[in-house]
Amino acid sequence: MHLSPDQIIFWQYGLFKLNATIVYTWGLMLLLIVGSKLITRKLSTDLQRSRWQNLLEIVVTAIEKQIEEVGLRNPRQYLGFLGTLFLFVATASLCTIIPGYEPPTGSLSTTVALALCVLVAVPFFGILDQGLGGYLKSYVEPTVIMLPFNIISEMSRTLALAVRLFGNMMSGAMIIGILLTITPFIFPIVMTVLGLLTGMVQAYIFSILAAVYIAAATRTRKPKAEPEPAPKI
Amino acid sequence: MLIDWFTVGAQALNFLILVWLMKRFLYQPILHAIDEREKRIAAELSDADAKKAEALKERDEFQHKNELFDQQRAELLSKAMEETKVERQRLLDEARQAADALSAKRQETLRNDAHYLNQAISRRTQQEVFAIARKALMDLATTGLEERLSEVFTRRLREMDAQAKEGLAEALKIATEPSLVRSAFDLPAEQRAVIQNALNETFSAEVHIRFETAPDLISGIEFTTANGQKVAWSIADYLLSLEKGVDELLKEKDKSIAKANSNPEAKVKPEPDAQPEPKPEEKSQ
Repeated sequence: MHLSPDQIIFWQYGLFKLNATIVYTWGLMLLLIVGSKLITRKLSTDLQRSRWQNLLEIVVTAIEKQIEEVGLRNPRQYLGFLGTLFLFVATASLCTIIPGYEPPTGSLSTTVALALCVLVAVPFFGILDQGLGGYLKSYVEPTVIMLPFNIISEMSRTLALAVRLFGNMMSGAMIIGILLTITPFIFPIVMTVLGLLTGMVQAYIFSILAAVYIAAATRTRKPKAEPEPAPKI
Repeated sequence: MLIDWFTVGAQALNFLILVWLMKRFLYQPILHAIDEREKRIAAELSDADAKKAEALKERDEFQHKNELFDQQRAELLSKAMEETKVERQRLLDEARQAADALSAKRQETLRNDAHYLNQAISRRTQQEVFAIARKALMDLATTGLEERLSEVFTRRLREMDAQAKEGLAEALKIATEPSLVRSAFDLPAEQRAVIQNALNETFSAEVHIRFETAPDLISGIEFTTANGQKVAWSIADYLLSLEKGVDELLKEKDKSIAKANSNPEAKVKPEPDAQPEPKPEEKSQ
């Protein structure tokens, strides 16, 4: 019984090792990229198009719309980062129906890596949008006294992101593992379905929270331009 | 330890690579396709709008033309109707005039026919009357009558007015040939002498005369000088003057009919036949 797929190590050379997390991540990446490549190979700009193209268009436009609803003015700029975040987490959860598969998001290393990416992405997009001075100024608002609290908030939310996703994904896998030993018939299937649902919800929450953080970092100087819609969480 | 920092780094790197690949292979092509389609739909919509506008414009134009055409057609129709009416009236008038003319002509012809028939009847009657009269008088004419005639002739000679007498005397004076006395019957010597005497007495000169029988005189005596002057009394003269009178009457009748024709309202009633009595006429030519 493994608490994390990190513990399954296929190959190791000194510091370098090839554990299940990385291998499954590569598998997911391969799946996503090859799938996208196959579907987008014959894209139609006509009114008539294939079902797979329709599916992808629905997914992409839905993500774009969600980003826009969070309050980001130019959703296409953030689509690559936030969309990939959602798709990766969602695919990782969906693939739990495959026997012998361990979701890479069930590893705290992966969720920490994703949370760190968000932690870097927030100031990155913030500085891109309002410049370095503008972004740094947002830490001393409303007063300078708030600076340490803002920094703590930044750190803690990143940690929360990582732990939330890890806890949910790991618990799902763990519950199924435990249930398989107690009642190996029907009940694990129900729990797997529930796990799929929580996986999708976690993917949504993770990407939406990232979007909200980025939106908070980019909108501080333009509050009058657009009324801030309430984030849906 | 749940966190393996090498795995964290690898996963972060993996994620960043995945972001780049997904951007490259998923988002860009899909968004590009959507944009293209939207552009295309917008173009088609604007094209459709343009076509609609054009169609509307053409429809309006067509309607306008249709209205104009209807109006023109109505105008032309009314004009044609008017012209037809006028033409019909004209043709009717012409036909009426032609019919009137024809009927007038026919009436004229009928009237002429009647007139000619009347004339023919009149002439025939006249001829018959004269023929009967001539025949009757010829039948009646005898030597006794001739005697009476010569008496009347001599009396007339004597009763002749002075002017005529002088004219005849002058004619007789310059005459080289003997004068001619014509009678319907051969005059006996006795009467010839009476006439000779009467002439001699009247003109107070010896008048050379020769006698001739002319049955066309019917009954009567005619004295003609060599240069053509004449003193005559005969029933043929009476009849001639009667004929003349009848002819004049007929001519007058014709004139009045012609007048009536030229002015049909003024109807001229043919005058009741008042045939003038033919008077014995004395001619001196």
